[in-house]
Amino acid sequence: MSNTSHTPAPEAAGPDAPRLTALDAVHRSLGATMTDFAGWDMPLRYASEREEHLAVRTKAGLFDLSHMGEITVTGSQAAEALDYALVGNIGSLAVGRARYTMICQEDGGILDDLIVYRLDTHGAPEFMVVANASNAQVVLDELTGRAADFDVEVRDDRDAYALLAVQGPRSPGILAQLTDADLAGLKYYAGLPGTVAGVPALIARTGYTGEDGFELFVEPRHAEGLWQALMAAGASAGLVPAGLSCRDTLRMEAGMPLYGQELTTGLTPFDAGLGRVVKFEKEGYFVGRTALEAAAERAESAPPRKLTGLVAEGRRVPRAGYPVVAGGQVVGHVTSGAPSPTLGRPIAMAYVDASHAAAGTAGVGVDIRGSIEPYEVVALPFYKRPK
Amino acid sequence: MSNPQQLRYSKEHEWLSTADDGVSTVGITEFAANALGDVVYAQLPAVGDTVTAGETCGELESTKSVSDLYSPVTGEVTEANQDVVDDPSLVNSAPFEGGWLFKVRVAEEPKDLLSADEYTEFSGN
Repeated sequence: MSNTSHTPAPEAAGPDAPRLTALDAVHRSLGATMTDFAGWDMPLRYASEREEHLAVRTKAGLFDLSHMGEITVTGSQAAEALDYALVGNIGSLAVGRARYTMICQEDGGILDDLIVYRLDTHGAPEFMVVANASNAQVVLDELTGRAADFDVEVRDDRDAYALLAVQGPRSPGILAQLTDADLAGLKYYAGLPGTVAGVPALIARTGYTGEDGFELFVEPRHAEGLWQALMAAGASAGLVPAGLSCRDTLRMEAGMPLYGQELTTGLTPFDAGLGRVVKFEKEGYFVGRTALEAAAERAESAPPRKLTGLVAEGRRVPRAGYPVVAGGQVVGHVTSGAPSPTLGRPIAMAYVDASHAAAGTAGVGVDIRGSIEPYEVVALPFYKRPK
Repeated sequence: MSNPQQLRYSKEHEWLSTADDGVSTVGITEFAANALGDVVYAQLPAVGDTVTAGETCGELESTKSVSDLYSPVTGEVTEANQDVVDDPSLVNSAPFEGGWLFKVRVAEEPKDLLSADEYTEFSGN
């Protein structure tokens, strides 16, 4: 099929029309419920989001994540530029490995959370930075500005890739039918160039579901063929198309933050309980260093609100922004909430005053549209996959 | 999907059965159930409550959203579907049958309820 990410269908044309991925026709033929997500028209679910969720936990699900933003950083000083621009230690990243990191403002506020892959495919330093769809332009602009004094090229590769993810315990078996790549040797948070179903792909063992799985970066013109090949290879294993709705409940059960909900420019990584991504030990200044050093001290001496887990005793579902209450006082707020298909009860991630954030704290509730529903405080994540 | 001919429909996507001994059954349409996604919690009006046409009388929660439930008619609630309270997924699996929501002794019906064909055109489904 043609590269639809470059040439949207005529009826969707226009400056404000949503962008379509290379798999748009596939989603429509499957009867997907579509939703606007960061300017993209994306599949929310194909039938039941609960069934899709459970399929990923027990078998496998296939996601279209082509809305994610890829930025390539190459050149002799690519590592130095990224060490300056990001809070992580990118220079220490081995070729073929990936790292979860963040890009912060000078004041320490989180601009986005990122995955950085070190590729070095042409013998020179080369990194692929994957940003959230909603922040891709911000990250591209910031990286471009922050790299100005380095010998690097920052390239917008958003149109160069479609991204498919196969997630779930059966994903290695499914993918192994379509590639000679050494999947057994591919560690979690690693990526290698290879061929899948006859098309060139960056095969990465990453994901956002709490399960084992792979993300496949391919040229958009190959996306539909790869999708069909994966569905055929996974048919007997129970592979199902999976939408953004179950992706959200999967990541919530796995305790993973989502930009715009758990992570914002108003919080530093330390406020979000993710101070470990900030690598003060790396050499030299990086954007946000001074503010983050102060934030780290604050988090140590006077713990702010903490990101914690809440599990409902009843059936009413907490939503982002709902107050967390204890003893008649507001002690926090929900950042994400949903019914958990795995636990069979509603769950929430919430920022809660340190005094009420410890697992087992009694008397905590969520104000659900005027009625206080009892919730159990638990440690994140809600779900860990069996090893 | 098809909307049963013998029912009438509101623009808020409820269906209403023809009153049998003055009592009608209310549910939401398959179109509405599909739009909501998996329903996980249903708060229904209680027996004895007076509901008013076009006003909220409960709520339906799905994975992604909370939706108000409106009553298509005015009257007194005679029964709430306990099966749906216990298993809200009935709203998705059988919206016109086992997934009905409540029964109401009809005091007054609005004039603008739609026929099945009119509702099909209105909802585009």
